[in-house]
Amino acid sequence: MLQLEFMRLALAVGVVVGILAPAVGFFLVERRQALVGDGLGHVAFAGVAAGYLLGIEPVLTALVFAVVGGLAIEWLRVRGGAAGDQALALVFYTGIALGVVLVSSAGRLDVNLFQFLFGSILTVTWGDLWLVVALGLGSLAAIAVLYRGLVGAVLDEEGSRVAGVRVNLLNTTVAVLAALTIGIAMRVVGILLIAALMALPVLAAQRVAWSLRSTLGLAMAIGLVSVVAGLVVSYYCDLAPGGTIVLLAAGAFVVAALLEAVPRS
Amino acid sequence: MPIDATVPALELDDVSFAYRGGPPALENVSLSVEQGAFLGIAGPNGGGKTTLLRLALGLERPTGGSVRVFGRPPGTRGGPRVAYVAQRAQLASGTPVTVRETVETGRLAVRGAVGPLRADDRRAVARAIDRVGLADRAGARLRILSGGMQQRAFIARALAAEPALLALDEPTTGVDATSQESLAQLLAELRKELGVTILYVSHEFGAVEHVVTRLVLVRGRVVFDGDPAALPALWHDPSHAH
Repeated sequence: MLQLEFMRLALAVGVVVGILAPAVGFFLVERRQALVGDGLGHVAFAGVAAGYLLGIEPVLTALVFAVVGGLAIEWLRVRGGAAGDQALALVFYTGIALGVVLVSSAGRLDVNLFQFLFGSILTVTWGDLWLVVALGLGSLAAIAVLYRGLVGAVLDEEGSRVAGVRVNLLNTTVAVLAALTIGIAMRVVGILLIAALMALPVLAAQRVAWSLRSTLGLAMAIGLVSVVAGLVVSYYCDLAPGGTIVLLAAGAFVVAALLEAVPRS
Repeated sequence: MPIDATVPALELDDVSFAYRGGPPALENVSLSVEQGAFLGIAGPNGGGKTTLLRLALGLERPTGGSVRVFGRPPGTRGGPRVAYVAQRAQLASGTPVTVRETVETGRLAVRGAVGPLRADDRRAVARAIDRVGLADRAGARLRILSGGMQQRAFIARALAAEPALLALDEPTTGVDATSQESLAQLLAELRKELGVTILYVSHEFGAVEHVVTRLVLVRGRVVFDGDPAALPALWHDPSHAH
């Protein structure tokens, strides 16, 4: 398997995405916004369609759309008077509707579009890899530096506000990181399954973790193992990589839930 | 930063407030709270006591009048530190956060949001946990502790911020009578030892009425302001509609 360059590239990108997606998803899940990734994925779909229509690399337009969508959700939540799920619904449905309109205008309802919807990790190029590594490492570094502030805003947003923490800036940072993660992970699991890779490893980790830090660490480990194992299984069993990865992450949740049910001494 | 002892910890001058599209929640409230006071804020549900606290903390902006905390608009960075213990229900989380991790977030007020904690931060966190009697539970997950212990952890988080003003909103909701009593004692000791000003919102005042130095009853406006002992016996009944 590793003699094949496309598999080596797929695994390299998969490692970055497997670690990054749960790291960002951790803050969304803890804020009870696990579905934000799903909403942003649909906005990214509109970005892909816009890329086709304008003749620009769809990954770049998807990134821009996802970032704008993330900022819109945060703005609606904080200033627009819309509760978390209302803001998400507005952006979610607007994104998917815009995507459908743009795709039909571009006349690109074809196989290439499906690669973005369901992932196309086996078509990753060296250029994709460097972009993913640069954005992935930058995002992980941001999380490491802002970890305490992000945790404070998650655990007690108003308490942090009163303490003088720039909570809006931190929440905006999470929204931008989520959007970047979607842009990066789009090639691995596809727009329709991105949110799963951001949320499922965290939900599994929460079941067996003994602290907040261990939740984050375990979630990243589960994400990494799910992606690598998913790629290997899909290669040997000739399955769709994106779906296999997410099913393994779902399996990790089932295992964690069973472990949690075992009485601890 | 040294605090001018003559400046009130909290000053509300003719403050009015209404939530968007709603009737007035507070009207023409004027209040001056001296530094080091233990102020109880009571009143019926919907009477505006939590709104008053949120205005004091800068979480809401008055529709009329002005609010000053240590002589500055609430929320001003760089001034005396303010810590807030919200209602326990708002803080509940399914996450396996530990007592220590919870208290560490209190240092955000001192250290800011960027970078790791330093050795002196860790010492301050350990002191705060010890101060509320949870030293042997520092590594325990918050969600497996009793309501009273959880509340102590949140107070430790507030203490880790080394605040000049500590605001608590219904801190005894869902906490048993013994824990309520012990919380009242803890707050009274903190006020005495650290000189911190305490704002305490509750509709259950039995446990703290002997430790508060001043009581304000709010029902859209201030209907009583003074020594709790001066309050008619009728008002001591928490089930009474005031």
